[in-house]
Amino acid sequence: MWMTELPAFVPFFIGALLAALTRGWLRAVLMLAVPVAGGLHLLSVDGYVQLEWQLLGYTLTPYRVDRLSLLFGYLFHIAAFIAIVFSLHVRDSLQHVAAMIYAGSALGAVFAGDLLTLFVFWELLALSSVMLIWARRTSRATGAGMRYLIIQVLSGVLLLAGALLHLRTSGSLAFDYIGLQGAAAWLIFLAFGIKCAFPLLHNWLTDAYPEATPTGTVFLSAFTTKVAVYALARAFPGTEILVYIGAIMTCFPIFYAVIENDLRRVLAYSMINQIGFMVCGIGIGTALAVNGAVAHAFNDVLFKGLLFMSMGAVLHLTGRMNGSDLGGLYKSMPITTTFCIVGAASISAFPLFSGFVSKSMVMSAALLEDYPGVWLMLLFASAGVFHHAGIKIPFFAFFAHDSGIRVTEPPRNMLIAMGIAAVLCVLIGCYPTLLYQLLPFGVDYTPYDSTHVLAQLQLLFFSALAFAWLKLSGLYPPELHSTNLDAEWLYRRVLPQSWHRLIAVLRPIDTFVRRSTHRRVSKFISGMFRHHGPHGVLARTWPTGSMVLWVAMLLAVYVLFHYLK
Amino acid sequence: MIRQHLPALQVILPLLAAPTCLLLRRAGLAWLFATVVGFATFAIAILLLRQVLSQGDIAYAMGGWSAPWGIQYYVDPVSALVLLIVSGISAVVLPYAARSVAQEIPSERRCVFYTLFLLCLAGMLGIAITGDAFNLFVFLEISSLSSYALISMGQDRRALTSSYQYLIMGTIGATFILIGVGLLYVMTGTLNMQDLAQRLPAVATTRTIHTAFAFLVVGLSLKLALFPLHLWLPNAYTFAPSVVTTFLAATATKVALYALLRFVFTIFGAEYAFNTMPLGPTLLLLALLGLFVASAVAIFQENIKRILAYSSVAQIGYMILGISFATVTGVSAGILHLFNHALMKGALFMAVGAIFLRTGSMQLQHLAGIGRRMPWTMAAVVIGGLSLIGVPLTVGFISKWYLIQAALERGWWPVAVLVLIGSLLALVYVWRILEAAYFDAPAKPDAHIKEAPLSLLIPTWALVLANIYFGIDTSLTVGVARQAAGLLLGVQP
Repeated sequence: MWMTELPAFVPFFIGALLAALTRGWLRAVLMLAVPVAGGLHLLSVDGYVQLEWQLLGYTLTPYRVDRLSLLFGYLFHIAAFIAIVFSLHVRDSLQHVAAMIYAGSALGAVFAGDLLTLFVFWELLALSSVMLIWARRTSRATGAGMRYLIIQVLSGVLLLAGALLHLRTSGSLAFDYIGLQGAAAWLIFLAFGIKCAFPLLHNWLTDAYPEATPTGTVFLSAFTTKVAVYALARAFPGTEILVYIGAIMTCFPIFYAVIENDLRRVLAYSMINQIGFMVCGIGIGTALAVNGAVAHAFNDVLFKGLLFMSMGAVLHLTGRMNGSDLGGLYKSMPITTTFCIVGAASISAFPLFSGFVSKSMVMSAALLEDYPGVWLMLLFASAGVFHHAGIKIPFFAFFAHDSGIRVTEPPRNMLIAMGIAAVLCVLIGCYPTLLYQLLPFGVDYTPYDSTHVLAQLQLLFFSALAFAWLKLSGLYPPELHSTNLDAEWLYRRVLPQSWHRLIAVLRPIDTFVRRSTHRRVSKFISGMFRHHGPHGVLARTWPTGSMVLWVAMLLAVYVLFHYLK
Repeated sequence: MIRQHLPALQVILPLLAAPTCLLLRRAGLAWLFATVVGFATFAIAILLLRQVLSQGDIAYAMGGWSAPWGIQYYVDPVSALVLLIVSGISAVVLPYAARSVAQEIPSERRCVFYTLFLLCLAGMLGIAITGDAFNLFVFLEISSLSSYALISMGQDRRALTSSYQYLIMGTIGATFILIGVGLLYVMTGTLNMQDLAQRLPAVATTRTIHTAFAFLVVGLSLKLALFPLHLWLPNAYTFAPSVVTTFLAATATKVALYALLRFVFTIFGAEYAFNTMPLGPTLLLLALLGLFVASAVAIFQENIKRILAYSSVAQIGYMILGISFATVTGVSAGILHLFNHALMKGALFMAVGAIFLRTGSMQLQHLAGIGRRMPWTMAAVVIGGLSLIGVPLTVGFISKWYLIQAALERGWWPVAVLVLIGSLLALVYVWRILEAAYFDAPAKPDAHIKEAPLSLLIPTWALVLANIYFGIDTSLTVGVARQAAGLLLGVQP
């Protein structure tokens, strides 16, 4: 039936078009209808669907459904729905249209069955999502968006180059297990790595996400990196280097997150930390580990979305985002505070909250596959998460010293969106089988046994104790207005400066080359114009006689040739 | 009953409709009648193509006189494709003609105009369908004579001289073809193409046949405006009425190219033409020269119709280039570009005609800022231009893709590089048009220039959409072109 073969991105692109043409409540209804209808449609798809096209002799698979892509399909529909609800109050067509295209592209990418289709949606993701950053319409956002776009497009170009090389070496464009062998695989790996915010490639994320609009960040946090996680899970499961990359990703952002003042940037760092768990799970590559990785991706979208939403609500109402400027908001925003705490509890993997049921899978897998060092790093990271995301975010925004800001609760649509996410977080935490039955591999795992629960609770309590002690003894890094240097310092300071120095040396040579080339080119063009211009010998109207001369000459060539031969 | 006689109806219908147009005496009626006939021939062409694709070639004995004696109509995938594009273009151009002709041609001549148009159409369809060498010459003359008259109807008085020049050159070409056919007849005693193909090998080494080949190839090269025999074309296209330019640019040279394919491959055979005679290198050289010289000339032109006319000469270079490879991929690329170029030039000339209708000028400098006043028309020019350059998702890309594949298949990668450089030249002359239309400030900001009427926009956009459609779904065009090329080269694809 054609309905099952309707690619999931199509409703979203149609929705984007309709959102551009409509206004007011009609647009709200249409935009909400898209993920609902699309999600229901996806529920009716079971098993394996594949849609193939022939283009220039290559088989393209713009739509391929299996258990792995289906899980991400459900996830993105839920995330899109929540984020759309959250952004309903916004009166900005640009944001709505871009968000719809963005969500649709993410779906297109996870259901792409070949690398070329993946590339198309990869670039669409970049182009549509940058609009959500630029929509903030500040000069900082413009700059950050431009840097974001350059890096994202670079990732797309690497992907395309890798895909074409892959086609040459393997003769296939299929987007399946690739494995890290050969230049093509490395190019593709690097492309995925950029989008996945690998260490040293991660700065676009912490640079751009905090600069997006309050609602835009919610969309951004849901899609781009998760598409990359999906792509890694599809193409490079069991690649050992990913285990170490993932472990590093879980640890290093913690230090930055602890000293960072902009709370959304804290969340951005914590996002890299969470993705680290997923990357690590994919790298371990056993059924349990990959299940854990994708399950964690699922949960991360929900609780990270919830945290970004609560911070978005704060930003929307107060216009401030620095921990040093906020505080004491629980008095005027009790509901938002509650939701934020639910998100914080989930990300810190409190038992009965969603983070717990998936993070422990990855950690168990690390132990089972004999990576004790990595396990320790993950353990450290878990404690760190609690520190910077679990306590720091709600503490500095809603409690701490009273900043004196008095606001109201956010608009109802924001509360509803946060409510849905919060309910889902608790639901999955209490009934993990709901999530487990969707996972790509069969699951035989119980998170709620005494070892897991006790170990996690100990970890959390000691972590909380540490925070409390540090805070009371004044050792905790205070929230200050500061600029924290990250690896981006390399390309925002060192590279431009060395570039300018190099240019200063090269300028005279450059001027000389330019001048002589320019002279030569203009000479060439004037020569061309003499012969080809309207009155040139080749373009003017010739007398009939000379035309006939050409005819005779050509005839002579053909006839004479025979005699010469 | 009617199905059986479709090949005859394909030609007879417009041929008989032409004088009827003259008798109708009222321009509106004549237009309506011609349009209905145009659509009917298009429908017949579609039916013929479907029949050929499903049941194989159709041989039709005219008047019941069977093959070597009577005139035979023969429809195979090559001719069916040419019939489709010629009748399709006429079906799109005729609805467009109502407004355009009403402005450009005085009322007392409009009935004559439609008569000539239908005659020209009948001639071209006849060339594509006939299986008889002499009959082909007759149809060539019918279409040529009517097109001389059509061109001379242009508003500019230079239309007369350029039409006259075309007449002289066209007649020389036709005479050459007649001489060639005559020589063939002398040597073999037959005019039927298949019969000729059978009897030629026995006398192939004679000097007469060599001469016949030379006359035929040169005559047809003249008709299809192969560089350097293209000199009649720019003036004729520039000064003809918009409708005529569109119709001739999209079909006339294509039909001549089809005739060349027929003579070279079906009658003489690829082996003779490319191994005994120097057709391959000659065509390759002239195609590449034409490609570059004509594109370079187009870059410097100030008249938009002239830019497109020179671009046509360059594009013919691409088609001939494909044929000069004499491989299945090469010839199918040539045939593919024959079809695709008709779509893009048709769309472009129609859009340009719409601009002429509103502004009364073809000079680039007078088009400054037109992009804002006629957004839909200029959007058509943009897409047509992209197709001309060969941007993916347009038909132009498909043609170039296969052409480059054909070049690489033969290992001639320098040729592939030259094809790509040629596309860059196209980018330059298309850009000049777009620059004037979108980026230059209008000379007279208060001038009242409106968007073109719907009767012009709809046909134009029909072709523009065809440019995109056949750029994405290539199963019909590539499939038929491959089949046709295999047939011409005698290889089963």
